[in-house]
Amino acid sequence: MFRKVTRRKFMAGTAAGAAVAAFKFPTPAIAQAAPFKLGLLTVKTGPLAQGGIQMEQGIVTFLKEKNYTFAGRKVEFISADTGGNPAGTKTKAQELIERDKVDTIVGPLAAFELLAITDYIAQQKTPCLSLAAAEDMTQRRPNPYFLRASATSSQAMHPMADFAAKELKLKRMITISEDFAFGYEQMGGFQQTFEENGGRILKKLWPPIVTPDYTPYLAQIEGVDGVCQGFAGSNPLRFMKQYAAAGLKFPVVTGETGGDDALLRSFGDEALGLYSACPYTLDLNTESNKRFVAAMNKDYSVDPGFYCAGLYVNGMVVEAGLQKTGGKSDDKAAFMAAMKSVTLTDTPRGPIKFDHLGNVIGDIFIRHLEKANGKLINKTVKTYNNVSQFWTYDEKRFLQQPVYSRDFPPVKS
Amino acid sequence: MTFWLVLAVNSITFGGLLFLLSAGFSLIFGLMRIPNLTHGSLFMLGAYIGATFVIGMLGVKLNFWLAALLATLAVAMMGALAERLLLRRLPGDQMAQVLVTLGLSFMAADFCLMVWGGDPLSVNTPSTLTGFARFGALVFPNYRLAIIVIAVIVAIALWLLLERTRLGAMIRAGVDDPDMARVVGIRVSQLFTIVFALGAGLAAFAGIIGGPILSVYPGLDQDMLPLALVVVILGGTGSLLGSFVGSIIVGFIYNFGQALLPELAYFVLFLPMLLVLLLRPQGLFGRHVP
Repeated sequence: MFRKVTRRKFMAGTAAGAAVAAFKFPTPAIAQAAPFKLGLLTVKTGPLAQGGIQMEQGIVTFLKEKNYTFAGRKVEFISADTGGNPAGTKTKAQELIERDKVDTIVGPLAAFELLAITDYIAQQKTPCLSLAAAEDMTQRRPNPYFLRASATSSQAMHPMADFAAKELKLKRMITISEDFAFGYEQMGGFQQTFEENGGRILKKLWPPIVTPDYTPYLAQIEGVDGVCQGFAGSNPLRFMKQYAAAGLKFPVVTGETGGDDALLRSFGDEALGLYSACPYTLDLNTESNKRFVAAMNKDYSVDPGFYCAGLYVNGMVVEAGLQKTGGKSDDKAAFMAAMKSVTLTDTPRGPIKFDHLGNVIGDIFIRHLEKANGKLINKTVKTYNNVSQFWTYDEKRFLQQPVYSRDFPPVKS
Repeated sequence: MTFWLVLAVNSITFGGLLFLLSAGFSLIFGLMRIPNLTHGSLFMLGAYIGATFVIGMLGVKLNFWLAALLATLAVAMMGALAERLLLRRLPGDQMAQVLVTLGLSFMAADFCLMVWGGDPLSVNTPSTLTGFARFGALVFPNYRLAIIVIAVIVAIALWLLLERTRLGAMIRAGVDDPDMARVVGIRVSQLFTIVFALGAGLAAFAGIIGGPILSVYPGLDQDMLPLALVVVILGGTGSLLGSFVGSIIVGFIYNFGQALLPELAYFVLFLPMLLVLLLRPQGLFGRHVP
């Protein structure tokens, strides 16, 4: 039944509302008493939801561990679903900043989402910590309010290429990755370092993001001694399956999304032997990682992957930043500077700090996918310490070359 | 040479899978004039339900084929219900049908996400069909060859059903002229339910058959629906032969397009559809202009 609203009731209600609005609540004497508002931009519906839901689990796990209190301030957590598209991300970012008045945003997930709001967050001076890997956000077009504690697209691929050339002794490889910026940047970084170490990339294949069947591409893989794949989402699963089904046996190497620990529960034996380079690894033996994994196992009965860990670490950075400012976040520039100067010695991904462009310097783990006690695991076989987004290159020289793309570096014929 | 052969054989396999998916779509559109945008969702639902039993998520682990049968029947039931409860109420109103089926597909996608989560599920190839067949230098997975065989069997079964049975004759009559069919005493409305259930079941069957190749993941529905659309527009609605030929053509265009012109993969895929719509709107084998 609908209650009938009479004109009189309506007038009375409006008047009461206006009266309440007119009455000003006394502003609290101590600003810190107000809760710190942390907004999450993530994807909970559609094809990207897998990573998006893991992001929320990661940050919630950290908040729970801290009892929703950072530096003595209560934390109010607001989660928003972008739907995985740029327009939705912009709308939700506006809601978080203008309606909910959040102090900091963690997320969004994908580069195209981040690019839709980068100008807006800079203009609104709202700190944003995202997993999105778009290189130029901390390179050629840095955003002063953006901080990345995960990795740029190529940050894990430079060490992977180093490992492939020096330890796996691969010489001739083919790269295959989705036909979009994240793929270009990953494969570009791999190619540059691999070729500097005496390897050669014979061909770069770019299937569209939606490719139900990779066989047309797999048919072109021959005459090499290794393959580098840069797939993301659920694509690595399908790629590895079809790769094995096509009878291909060349060793495969990949980055953080292609061999993520969270994919292990979906992979089958076809993925055995995969080498992946990742800024997080499940088997890292640090106190905070043990705590984090135990909490994830308990609350969600899953092993966390890169997306969960990324948001957990983002939470740690925000908390450490607030500690530095004594709980103050009103001066956005000062708060941002405090977060940027954070150095953490114990996170689930090892020690981290930030460079002057706001990108993380941290460990990159090379893992080998194996079977132990009937379960698939990523076993860390080598750790590259304190890897920067510029790898071993000179920052100036690196920034002078164009951003990695479909055609850069070019394939040598 | 091997490269071309691999692509050719693979085109046929992929065409086979597309046929299983689009035959139902074509029948539904041909008979009922319903542009069924839930078809991708039915494919995905079939894949998820089948995978649930193949993997044994509920503690019941079934043989692959048994799971496929179960998924097919379950989704056929859902299709029949959707037709009876929703689509029945919107006869002849294509705009409403498009909106309702599109809405249903979004709901189905979120439903799957809620029930099965975002993690992709991997379906193992049935144990009898693992391994490879060798033809000289050519190596081909047995399972993919089996898909061709399955598609041909289903095509023949459907052909027999449509051309050699009383039910088939009634369906054909309904496709060609529903009003006249009613006049001669065929209960066309009952046919609608049967055809919709059949189409839904076929889509679900395609979903689980495709599982070992495509795996099952959120978004699978949106990946497959456009392919079904292209096949049906190309082949012509309501025509079994059209679906079959259309599927094989799209299988070839898809595989060769991606291998040779990866930058234009989608362009090459949808161009024939545009041409057919402009030059021969009823499709290659269609019986009437949609």
